[in-house]
Amino acid sequence: MSRKLKIRKGLDIRMAGGVDDLAAVDAPQSASYAIIPDDFIGFVAKPAVKEGDKVSAGAPLLYDKRDEAMKLVSPVAGTVEAIVRGERRKILRVVVTPDGGDDRLTHAVSVKDEAEARNLLKNSGLWAMMRQRPYDIVPNPDAVPRDIFVTAIDSAPLAVSPAAYYNDTETLEAAVALLSKMTRGKIYIGRRADGLVADISGAEMVDVEGPHPSGNAGVLIANISPVNKGETVWTLDLATLWRIGRLMLTGSVDFTDYVALTGSEVKTPKVMRTVIGAAIASLTDGQLVPATHHQRIISGNVLTGVTVGTDGYLRYPYRQITVIPEGDDVDEFMGWASLSPRKMSQSRTFPGKFLGRVFRPDARLLGGRRALIMSGEYDRYMPMDIMAEYLLKAIIGRDIEKMEKLGIYEVAPEDFALGEYADTSKTEAQKIVREGLDYLRKELE
Amino acid sequence: MLDKVKPHFQEGGRLHAFHSVYDGFETFLFTPRSTSTSGAHIHDSMDSKRTMIIVVMALVPCLLFGMYNAGYQHWVAIGAAEKPFVSLMLYGFLAVLPKLVVSYVVGLGIEFAVAQWRREEIQEGFLVTGILIPLICPIDTPLWMIAVATAFSVIFVKEVFGGTGYNIFNVALVTRAFLFFAYPGQMSGDKVFVDTDAIAGLGEGTVVDTFTGATPLGQVALQAGEQSVTITSTVGSDPVTTSDMFFGLIPGSFGETSTLCILIGAAILLFAGIASWRIIVSVFAGGAVMSLIANACSTPLYPASMLSVADQLCLGGFAFAAVFMATDPVTACRTNVGKYIYGFLIGAIAIIIRVYNNGYPEGAMLAVLLMNAFAPLIDWCVVQSNVRRRERRMKIKITDNE
Repeated sequence: MSRKLKIRKGLDIRMAGGVDDLAAVDAPQSASYAIIPDDFIGFVAKPAVKEGDKVSAGAPLLYDKRDEAMKLVSPVAGTVEAIVRGERRKILRVVVTPDGGDDRLTHAVSVKDEAEARNLLKNSGLWAMMRQRPYDIVPNPDAVPRDIFVTAIDSAPLAVSPAAYYNDTETLEAAVALLSKMTRGKIYIGRRADGLVADISGAEMVDVEGPHPSGNAGVLIANISPVNKGETVWTLDLATLWRIGRLMLTGSVDFTDYVALTGSEVKTPKVMRTVIGAAIASLTDGQLVPATHHQRIISGNVLTGVTVGTDGYLRYPYRQITVIPEGDDVDEFMGWASLSPRKMSQSRTFPGKFLGRVFRPDARLLGGRRALIMSGEYDRYMPMDIMAEYLLKAIIGRDIEKMEKLGIYEVAPEDFALGEYADTSKTEAQKIVREGLDYLRKELE
Repeated sequence: MLDKVKPHFQEGGRLHAFHSVYDGFETFLFTPRSTSTSGAHIHDSMDSKRTMIIVVMALVPCLLFGMYNAGYQHWVAIGAAEKPFVSLMLYGFLAVLPKLVVSYVVGLGIEFAVAQWRREEIQEGFLVTGILIPLICPIDTPLWMIAVATAFSVIFVKEVFGGTGYNIFNVALVTRAFLFFAYPGQMSGDKVFVDTDAIAGLGEGTVVDTFTGATPLGQVALQAGEQSVTITSTVGSDPVTTSDMFFGLIPGSFGETSTLCILIGAAILLFAGIASWRIIVSVFAGGAVMSLIANACSTPLYPASMLSVADQLCLGGFAFAAVFMATDPVTACRTNVGKYIYGFLIGAIAIIIRVYNNGYPEGAMLAVLLMNAFAPLIDWCVVQSNVRRRERRMKIKITDNE
């Protein structure tokens, strides 16, 4: 059974550096792997290991202070090389050097009831791979979801559909069977109607059509059943659902990860098979266009990803690396007056808008930060019933009542990403929303 | 070159006091190299500089036509049979140039000083305001008045609210309103809309005896009690037709007379996606509806009620206000539904003031300013409907569960 969802608002940004051949190639073994607690907002990390400890794949590296069953686990078997701390002893990352072995932690997967199901997910580390709304954080230990939303689409710029890799029906059905123990509501799976993901029994399939952000969980929720105050929903991507299924079928977590290496600075964009938390160097060495200018390596897509250096690690949600020019060494004379067809814009005043070509944008803001001047720029890219500008202003004013009334519980920073791209005032919308969500959580919890 | 002098303007440099000015020039000449540090890594090439420049470009047809018309009206006034194009343009150019210079020097001067004082980047909002001010003022407005009015509105309407993007009222319109209410003697009536003096030896001649200098709306306002209205040219009995009003060879504020040039500007703004078509369309709709109503119950008591819809929309500052004033995104409604209401009311109120207040023949300026004040209220109602939708959704949920 499936329903259809047609999204009209939004934009597919035309960028150079997309993947042509979806066949995955094996990435070389990474010298080290890292788990970064900052990727798991809401997870209060405490170390479960010491430097030098031997760990197997799936063994806990960090646990949550509020609920020791909740873990972040090692993606490989090896030795804990370092627990890197920052200011006020905050854990920045736990680095594991692989020993090449195939030693993996197995879990008892015959779960009888909800409590056992929850414990299995928490202990396997897969709980932390999910997100909850409100707040767009790792689900709270006692959170009971009204519904669960799975996205089998990645509509972000240059992203590759996860449906091409994590589509085994038996595996996905096993995962849905487990998740359905945890909600009295429904499990929705948003997919493209391209037949890659078959109907999964136990879940309601949603065939989503339309430009980015049609693949975002927020859009799925907003158009099916928005989050009300006091309700919690969970969101996860297809890869996480697949990992839950693999856990149910094999007893251990499968950390295999398909990463799309994309962007205009990549020689041949391709999909690489690696493991969660791999070092960026293992994926980009020899793959980038040799350049004298600076390059920005982003773990993730250009709208929501995290800047990482060549010494960084693959970050959650472990799907994509994008490399674009940094642009901080470009001298552009009177760029605001440019009529160059190479300038990327949604404005019809740039001829590039009309030519069907792809662009090679760099990371410059291309303008000064201003107060919000033009109106409606966010609404155009947000297929949700949210008054984006007013919500942003309520957040900036730290007005909790207004934030609630305007639907802050329904949104995640990524829902504002496309608007942030188009905003002529160059507002840091995602940062504002993230800070607003954190502020609200601190005040209300 | 810029990089060489840069150290002087940085903290501790000799010219640090002018660093905002330096930044202003640097970002004007070169796209800033600052890159994204949070959120989206890429940004659209559109920025507020380009936005403002496009509005200025959209105003150029009105400016050029205003020059020609200023010359034309002068040549008409002196009764010249020949109207040499180059002389007309040059006359208009010389008439408007000092006003442009005064408006920009005063406005930008204040903006630069405030930016420097707040240690902020110079913002480009005044680029548009500075050209709007001469365009909406009568040709004979004394320069010192423009200077005083510009200073007043930039300081009290914009900077005290926090600068570009925070003002409640349209800065250019407040300048015009300030002139109108502070110097009513000099700013209305028949004397100011046609320049009767020669400029730099151009257009020497004596004003003909029949010259009145009254604008069409000014003439209409004086015809109370007549059974029909007649509009004539400034020097006699030639009737002014609707097409004259559309093309704009009539006396009026400098850049407002030609509906055609305003529509060219509107086309530029709409193509660029800068002005809201919702607002422009609904201002004209509101004006047309109100004109029809006024026309249906026309009375000699209010002579302007006898004007046709087309005349109402072409005359005075109506079209200019619809395209360039009502669409100012900062002072207009920001919600889509709000824009329809806001625009419609501007159109309707402009005609109401024009028709039913003989003392003040033009209402577009006051209508826009009035709706500027009400725009946040309209938006509040629209946002409130979103809030209520959310609350209702929750209530239904709760009753379902009970």
